[in-house]
Amino acid sequence: MSSIAITHDAGAQSHQPAEDGIDRLALLKQVYKFSTDHKVIGIQFLLFNLVMLMVGGALALGVRWQLAFPWEQVPIFGHLVAKNISMGGQISPEFYTMLFTMHASVMIWLVIIPVLAGAFGNFLIPLMIGADDMAFPLLNALSFWLMLPTAFFFAMALGLGGELSGVRGGMDGGSAQGWTSYPVLSALKQASPGSEAGQFWWLMAVNCVGVSSMMGSVNYMTTIINMRAPGMTLFRMPLTIWSMFITAILQAFALPVLTATGFMLMMDNTLGTCFFVPSGLVVNNAEPTLGGGQSLLWQHLFWFYSHPAVYIMVLPAMGMVSDMLSCTCRRPIFGYKPMVYSLAAIAGLGFIVWGHHMFISGMNPALGMTFMVSTIMIALPSAVKVFNWIGTIWGGRPEFNCVFLNCVAFVSMFIVGGLSGIFMAAVPVDIYIHDTYFIVAHFHYVLFGATLFCVFGGIHFWFPKMFGRLMNETWGKIHFFLTFIGFNGTFFPMHLLGIAGMPRRYADPYLHPYLEHLLPLNQFMTICAIIMGFAQFILIGNFLWSCLYGKIAGRNPWRANGLEWSAPSPPGHGNFDIPPIVYRGPYEYSDPDHDSDFWPQWEPPVVRPKKPEPPADQ
Amino acid sequence: MKWFWCVFFAFWPLVAVVLCAIAPSMGWWLPGPAASPLGHRIDDLFYMILVITTITFVGTQVGLAYVLFTGARRTDPDVQEKTWFSHGSHELEVIWSTVPALVLLFIALYQLNVWAEYRVKDAFPKKDMESVLARLHQKRTARDSIALAEVTARQFEWRIRYPGFDAEGNLLPLQEDPQPTDLYAVNDLHLPANAPVMINLKTQDVQHSFFLPDLRVKQDAVPGLVIPVWFEAEHIRSYPLLCAELCGWGHYKMKARFVAESDAGFLNYLRNLHSQQNYDGVQQKADDGDE
Repeated sequence: MSSIAITHDAGAQSHQPAEDGIDRLALLKQVYKFSTDHKVIGIQFLLFNLVMLMVGGALALGVRWQLAFPWEQVPIFGHLVAKNISMGGQISPEFYTMLFTMHASVMIWLVIIPVLAGAFGNFLIPLMIGADDMAFPLLNALSFWLMLPTAFFFAMALGLGGELSGVRGGMDGGSAQGWTSYPVLSALKQASPGSEAGQFWWLMAVNCVGVSSMMGSVNYMTTIINMRAPGMTLFRMPLTIWSMFITAILQAFALPVLTATGFMLMMDNTLGTCFFVPSGLVVNNAEPTLGGGQSLLWQHLFWFYSHPAVYIMVLPAMGMVSDMLSCTCRRPIFGYKPMVYSLAAIAGLGFIVWGHHMFISGMNPALGMTFMVSTIMIALPSAVKVFNWIGTIWGGRPEFNCVFLNCVAFVSMFIVGGLSGIFMAAVPVDIYIHDTYFIVAHFHYVLFGATLFCVFGGIHFWFPKMFGRLMNETWGKIHFFLTFIGFNGTFFPMHLLGIAGMPRRYADPYLHPYLEHLLPLNQFMTICAIIMGFAQFILIGNFLWSCLYGKIAGRNPWRANGLEWSAPSPPGHGNFDIPPIVYRGPYEYSDPDHDSDFWPQWEPPVVRPKKPEPPADQ
Repeated sequence: MKWFWCVFFAFWPLVAVVLCAIAPSMGWWLPGPAASPLGHRIDDLFYMILVITTITFVGTQVGLAYVLFTGARRTDPDVQEKTWFSHGSHELEVIWSTVPALVLLFIALYQLNVWAEYRVKDAFPKKDMESVLARLHQKRTARDSIALAEVTARQFEWRIRYPGFDAEGNLLPLQEDPQPTDLYAVNDLHLPANAPVMINLKTQDVQHSFFLPDLRVKQDAVPGLVIPVWFEAEHIRSYPLLCAELCGWGHYKMKARFVAESDAGFLNYLRNLHSQQNYDGVQQKADDGDE
């Protein structure tokens, strides 16, 4: 008992000298190795995702540049890639369509999905459930190393491979069908320059990342079901683990559909099959297609995966924010079980709402009605979660550190993203706002506003467990401030653009007189986007600096309850020096019956001398 | 510093609401009032959702600001108030599950009529459409299509096919397949105003989307499908027509116009097309030779 009691030491305030024999960069030093340690794999994912975040951000700034200063020479990058862009540093329409396609593809498949499931899922699942590693460590390692061919294929899809990769015309010939890649545009090579080899590489990347996700998904489910520490019952699991578990189930059921349909499209594109190509289409004066296929089939199959994928991109964030809010507010999570059930409800409903992406696609209008009702009802579990997060802060003693600020931003932004979703869930209103910037605003509020703020908070929160040091608070707050201002300045006006009827994916919306007056607003948004983009260098700088010089953290710097905080920082191979036993749920903060304001899961109950009971009145 | 952050999180929703309030005066709002009866109803639904979501937005953000301020106050050194040790409240969960559920269900069910009228074929205002065709003196049987034009999208333009006139100058019904009498135009759609009119929407190559922002009409043109779309313009004027579904690099330049005309104006337009397309280069009628 006493041996377990010493495992939570005083925490951040203990200023040990750096020469205390602990190699705090032990995990970081292994990132180039083929390690099967889940923590190393998690950090490999995290670093990879941060790099890709910058790549995706750069692509986004290209898009923003064209919208604010159409057909003007791109600063800095214009000269670098002028060889590829035929128009001497301008963004050509082909290049523009490639930019937003690859921005979305990189952000979704190389940043948002892997940073939640890959980076935090890998790092946290064994630590939080008290396991020494994942159930299938080798599979786990493979799931990371498959990200490298994925990145390579995406680079080819971007047109970086030159003539060797078969992409003609450099980056102007990059994949440019949008991340949804609707056929027939994506199925027929003659439909656009990006539909040639660029599309092939894009599909290779998506299939490859699908295999990687599937490896992770199988691993997470097995690990969470089989490898929990003694005493870790399902309802003592932290919400992070619940959300990772539910996400893994979502992935397992949704992904095979995408993989199958991806191969079908690849065959259409390369072998000339006609899964998605009807007969008699004359595209760009080529021979009429033979056909027999249905292009709506792709939309059904694609969204059958991609709508659950939207929840894959936010559910783990919901779980992580719940854990971080509870800890930073020093009080139990409000409504633990409703939180679990609403996670499950979102996941379950998530499978029967895919048609809301297709309201105006020409599918049977009766389907539109059922999909509308299920889509609007999915707002309910989301609302329950928001109320419970606010309830968690309510009556707590929040410390306004970077973790807390990012979590509050998550809640605040998620409210906007959730509410704007109701507009497009309502079919008649969606007729108007479909494919306008209103949609763009909505999903950026959910994916960036919610998920990425959670990721920023999560990096600050679990950084000490990864590298034994705390991140710098001041720079963290400056990063948060700039990102928050830049984010809202960029994305809030997009709602207004959408209401004004500005369609998505237009290289030059100002060709249309009724959109001309929106140019100044777009310029303001682009300036905000540039601020937000460059603010991410602060995060990267803070991350690297803190790895080396951050304040040294003990095992449990946040005085948190989760099992991960009983392990050394960073944990060695096998994680726990003392095998943990779980005695209670993860949210027992500020229990008046306990001396300290937190009561870790691994701490045995204190046997108090029984107070003399008041005499029973008889 | 904690007070700064409390104000920070309370301040931004205020900015958002103010921005939305001034947006219409800045032109960052709907492009004018809807120009069709269905558009008015869509706008009404939009405003209804806007009111409900604004109330929810303000309510939740005020709630968030309140818990932040009280939480920050509790961490002041001189405050003795304890943290609330509670794992939740069943009553509250029930309240904040059922109330939103009812509101959401109301929103969902309230939308169905407009949607049905716009898309479900049986709910189309068929009688009104037929009366327009009667006003145009179209020679038709009950089995003929009530569509007045076929709009075919292609990279990157809109091709429009109208039915032509017979030898007596009567308007013919639109046939499924092109007829020798058909009239053609590109990027210029003319139809009668003040009455529901229907078009058949097709695409010749990839997917496109027929978007009339002022009329709040949007419908994808899907390869292999012929999709009926109806709308009713309230004013005799020209409206922008755009593509709303990514169709390739030139997506942004599928710029066209829809001109709503009076019945007579529409027939005139067709007659003009007819004479242009049947113009054989001969200026005057050839003499019969019996002079």
